Parts: sequence; structure tokens; C-alpha cells
Amino acid sequence: MYDFNFAPVFDSFGSLLVGAWLTVQMSCIAMVVGLILSIFGAVGKTSGPKPVRIAINVYIEVIRNTPFLIQLYFFFFALPALGLRLGPNQAALLALVVNFGAYGTEIMRAGVASVGHGNIEAAKTVGLNFFQTLRYVILKPAMRAVYPALTSQFIYLMLASSVVSVISATDLAAAGNDLQSQTFASFEVYIVITAMYFAMSLAFSGVFALIGKYAFSYPVNR
Amino acid sequence: MIREFGPNEIIYITLAIRYTILLSLIAFAGGAVGGLIIALMRVSQNKYRRWFAVAFIRVFQGTPLLMQLFLAYFGMAILGFPIDPWTAASFALILHAAAFLGEIWRGCIEAVPSGQHEAARVVGLGYVNRMRHVVLPQAMRIALGPTTGFLVQLIKATSLASIIGFTELTRAGQIISNATFQPFMVISLVAALYFVLCWPLSKLASNMEHKFNQATTR
Repeated sequence: MYDFNFAPVFDSFGSLLVGAWLTVQMSCIAMVVGLILSIFGAVGKTSGPKPVRIAINVYIEVIRNTPFLIQLYFFFFALPALGLRLGPNQAALLALVVNFGAYGTEIMRAGVASVGHGNIEAAKTVGLNFFQTLRYVILKPAMRAVYPALTSQFIYLMLASSVVSVISATDLAAAGNDLQSQTFASFEVYIVITAMYFAMSLAFSGVFALIGKYAFSYPVNR
Repeated sequence: MIREFGPNEIIYITLAIRYTILLSLIAFAGGAVGGLIIALMRVSQNKYRRWFAVAFIRVFQGTPLLMQLFLAYFGMAILGFPIDPWTAASFALILHAAAFLGEIWRGCIEAVPSGQHEAARVVGLGYVNRMRHVVLPQAMRIALGPTTGFLVQLIKATSLASIIGFTELTRAGQIISNATFQPFMVISLVAALYFVLCWPLSKLASNMEHKFNQATTR
């Protein structure tokens, strides 16, 4: 019978917490930058000139139909051949942003498309100017419609970011790999790491649900 | 000596796609059986079955696939089995697929109008017949698009098996890349092969969803 030995894992728990913090940091930065990219992508895809629309479509299809791991390898191993050398953490962040951008563009586009044309005309009729229309009539309902999809995409991003440890970027999975090569308690290390990822995804969905309840819920008459 | 990146290397990488396809099919077939069980448990009347299904789905959707693969890989050694990337990768991917398909199919089963369940019950069909002849055939039509979409996710997910030493498309690319020092060519080729495999399925999935939406909405 195998003797589980969690003691060495918990002795170095601090290093795992640092790793978890790095994962949260990297995912949040990738999310924010990716979201900005998505907004530009969605605007370009809905109202840009034809070449821009085609370029955005190609970007979305290529990213969505190739594995994230290959995208990561591309930015870390293949780009230096073109003269652009990135560190592991930079390549990881870039891959996460580019990946999130493709899914985010589709999500944002669907959100903007969900705003009825009549609403925009109505806003014009009641005398709202362009920015008021954009803010109150288009963006707010669009955000409400896509908020759940965006949050689950974020959690997916955070879990997928564990893969960046294979190009020696520093995150929770990398902290786990280091610890298992020091302690040889592979199974115990990965059990703890998996539990930490699970806790992080539960915590984030809890926080997102709370934010959604106050900021992005539909107004109800009370 | 550095190898040239020539026709042999291209053929080696291209042929490695068969292991990607095979692993995807194993994971999909096993995941379909598991997913059906999970989906039926998820809509069951028995609350313990429901809880089990919810917990299963939550755990597998809330943890990274890479960690699931590592746990399957090192867990096998602990249980006394010889470590073998084929078994470990198949096992982890089947459970992963079961959780995702279970959740997708639960939605499809619940999308069948409750009048259908009730009518089947009224005419005296038992649980098995009700599901087999009334509910599941209708749910299947709804499920076709999302299931094909998930198959694309699954094919992409098999690339992670390369990290635990399973030689499929990604790892074949790595091997050639290390031997030829032509990472740009090799990784572009591997990406193109994944694209050729996934893109038609993505198109098929979105066509099916579009067709279904048109058939059911005015």
C-alpha cells in the first residue's frame, strides 16, 4: 500500500501560494488586455472595412481551431526565427492574450448583436447623443448579455494557463513541478496543486456571481 | 549532425496525426458513455445521484486538464500499474470528456419539453422506455451541434498528452523541431494540420446549430 506523505508539500506551501498568486496575476493581466483586444475585434468585425473583417475572421478561425499549446510553442520557439525573442513569461502572456482575444471577440460581437436595432433608433429619437447611446443603450445591455460567457471564458483561461509551465514560465503549475522534483512526492504535489486550482476557480466564480448580481443584473421592479 | 527539414520529416509529422485522431476517438467514445451516465444522473429524481453528477462535473470543469493528466499518470504508479502514457492519457481524457459531455447533454435533455416526459409517463412507459424512445431521440437532435463543437475542443485537448510523453501530433512536431532546429516551419506545419482537422468540424457544428435554431425559432 502506498504511503501518502503530504508533509514535504505543506512544508513548502509558501512557494505554492506564490505560484498561485503568479497564476492569478497572469490571468488577470491577460484578461484585461484580451478584453480590450476583443472590443476592438468586435467593432472591427461588425463595422470595419472588408479587408479588416476578413483579417479578423482569419484570426478567430486560426486561434479557435488550433490547440493553445501550439500557440504557446509558436510564440516561444517559432517567433525567435523571425527575430522576435520573448522571455517565457512574456511569451506566455502574449499567447494567453491572443488566445483570449479570439474567443472574446466572438463573445463581444454576439453581445453587441443582441442589442435590438429598434433600441438604438429609439435612443436617437429621444435625443441621446452618440456617447450616451453607446454607453446606456448599447454597451450596458451588451455587457449584461455576455457577462456570464466572459466570466466562464476567464476561468477557462486561468485553468488553461497551467500549460505555460511547459515553456518554463513561472506560475502555480511551475511551482508544483519544482516542488515535485525536490520532494519526489509527485502525486501528493499534484493533488494539492489541483485542489488549489479548484479553489481558485470556485472563488472566482463566486466573486463573478456577486459582481454580476450588483453590476450586470437586469433591473427588476421591486 | 543537424537533420534537414525535408519530405521525410513532413511525412513523419503528418502521419503522427493518426495518433491524435485515435486518442480523440478513444476519449470521445469513452466520454460519450460516461457523459450519458452523468447526464442521466444529473437529471435523475434521486438527489444523491444528482449531487454526485454535479460534483463530478464541477471538479473536472474546475481543474486544469494538465493536472488531471499528471494525476492519472502518477496515480497509476501509485496503484501499482506500470506507467504508460497511452493508458494515462486515455483515462484522463475520457473522464474529462464525460464531465463536459454530461453537462452539455444535461442541457439538451432538459430542453426537451416536459410535456413529452409527462405524456410518455401517462401512456405507461417506464423510465428506460421513456428515455430511449421519447426523450433521448429528441435530445439527440438538439445535442448534435454542441457535441460536434466539443469534439473540436477534445481534439485540441489531446495536444496536452504530449506533455506526459504521448507521441501524437504535437510531440512528433517537438521531436522533429529538436532534430532540425527549424521550429518556425515545424510548428506552423503542426498548427496547419490541427487546423485542417478541426476547422471542418467547427464549420459543421456551427451549421448544425444554425439550422437547428432556424428550425425552432421564427
